[in-house]
Amino acid sequence: MKFVDEFRNIEAARELAAGIGRAVDSLPDARRLRFMEVCGGHTMAIHRFGIPHLLPDVVELLSGPGCPVCVTPTTYLDRALELGRRDGAVLATFGDLYRVPGSQSSLEDAVADGLDVRVVYSATDAVQIALEAPEREVIFLAIGFETTAPGTAATIRQARAEGAGNFRVLSGHKTMPPALKALVDSPSVALDGLILPGHVSTIIGTEPYEFLARDYGIACCVTGFEPTDVLLGILSLVRQLVEGKPRVDNQYRRAARDAGNPLARDAVAEVFEPADSQWRGLGMIPASGLAVRAEWQEHSVDPPDPDVPSQEHEVCRCTEVLRGLVRPVECPLFGKACTPDSPVGACMVSSEGACAASYKYGEARRGHD
Amino acid sequence: MCWAVPAKIVEIDGDVGKVELSGTSRQVGLQLIADPHVGDYVLIHAGFAIQKVDEEEAHKTLDLLAEMFEAAGPNHEVRR
Repeated sequence: MKFVDEFRNIEAARELAAGIGRAVDSLPDARRLRFMEVCGGHTMAIHRFGIPHLLPDVVELLSGPGCPVCVTPTTYLDRALELGRRDGAVLATFGDLYRVPGSQSSLEDAVADGLDVRVVYSATDAVQIALEAPEREVIFLAIGFETTAPGTAATIRQARAEGAGNFRVLSGHKTMPPALKALVDSPSVALDGLILPGHVSTIIGTEPYEFLARDYGIACCVTGFEPTDVLLGILSLVRQLVEGKPRVDNQYRRAARDAGNPLARDAVAEVFEPADSQWRGLGMIPASGLAVRAEWQEHSVDPPDPDVPSQEHEVCRCTEVLRGLVRPVECPLFGKACTPDSPVGACMVSSEGACAASYKYGEARRGHD
Repeated sequence: MCWAVPAKIVEIDGDVGKVELSGTSRQVGLQLIADPHVGDYVLIHAGFAIQKVDEEEAHKTLDLLAEMFEAAGPNHEVRR
């Protein structure tokens, strides 16, 4: 077993889809069901495997604010570029962030201006760069959710242990539950269910989402990224609605234990503390980010002011796409001025963005017509 | 960006492990998981193993899929 192909069986997917159809038919009232997939990985999987084509017409899937690149504000990129320009620091970044526009330029543009930007696979690669060039300041652009933050925490500990005093982190890490609370508190789309990000839950488990079912009556399911995983998640949501008992189900137990990964959470808690954070599309959300603790300040650079909003292109509708308020095709720039080769908004830059996935795999979603 | 892929640990040297991934091998940090062993399948994200894959739970999910098939009729079979 390789834990991938087994969950891509097309016959099983069809059978699950039929099961979803039967569950929908047994709902006490005939209505539209609006489910949001929060994670960019789910957005990609849903488009790539053509999941909407398998679902009953009444099931509508919306994308949410779960692509870290898409929710990183322009102020973060501007701050990174300032550090590169002013201090001549090496900027080490995940490839996903390389082409995202700041208010003036992207990291890619800055390379043309002579900035030293290195694309790394892991934060530990940035420590290696720092050890090899002790005279340079190396700044790792740490973005990502709970899945990614433990690796950054482990890397900061490694930098201290190995004496890489020139390694610093610009923390743009964010956490999912406060963002979902902000989303459901805002006057936006009324959601019937949430498909929760499976790899965030490998770390945080299921408990931090309980309030969504308990206080907001939203059906929730943590699930994985293969077609049968996504369909099992949707089936769980519909069944919860049929029973009238929303809860947080977990259909991804092979990877996400209900209790998450305490060792990884301890690493994060040792190095980081909750801090206010600015989100593209959602604005400033209290305690939704992770800031490096004072005890580890020698490996940190000050993040941008969380109260300064992200500067958006005047026509681009990314901020509404991120909240499930409009579909990518409803943006006047989509597929015209804004394409993956020449992106205007962050949702088109990242391959996990709702716009990029829509563009690549075609607008296959229900509920738009 | 929260992409993570399952891979098998083939070597362990302190906090660093070698995993097999799509026919190639790669070094990953093992600091974030408890009690790693050679032969374990782990989820790899951005250079770190972030969780062990639970084979028993994977089988439970596949068994659930198989049960759905049996309920649907005799001509179905779930590939394992």
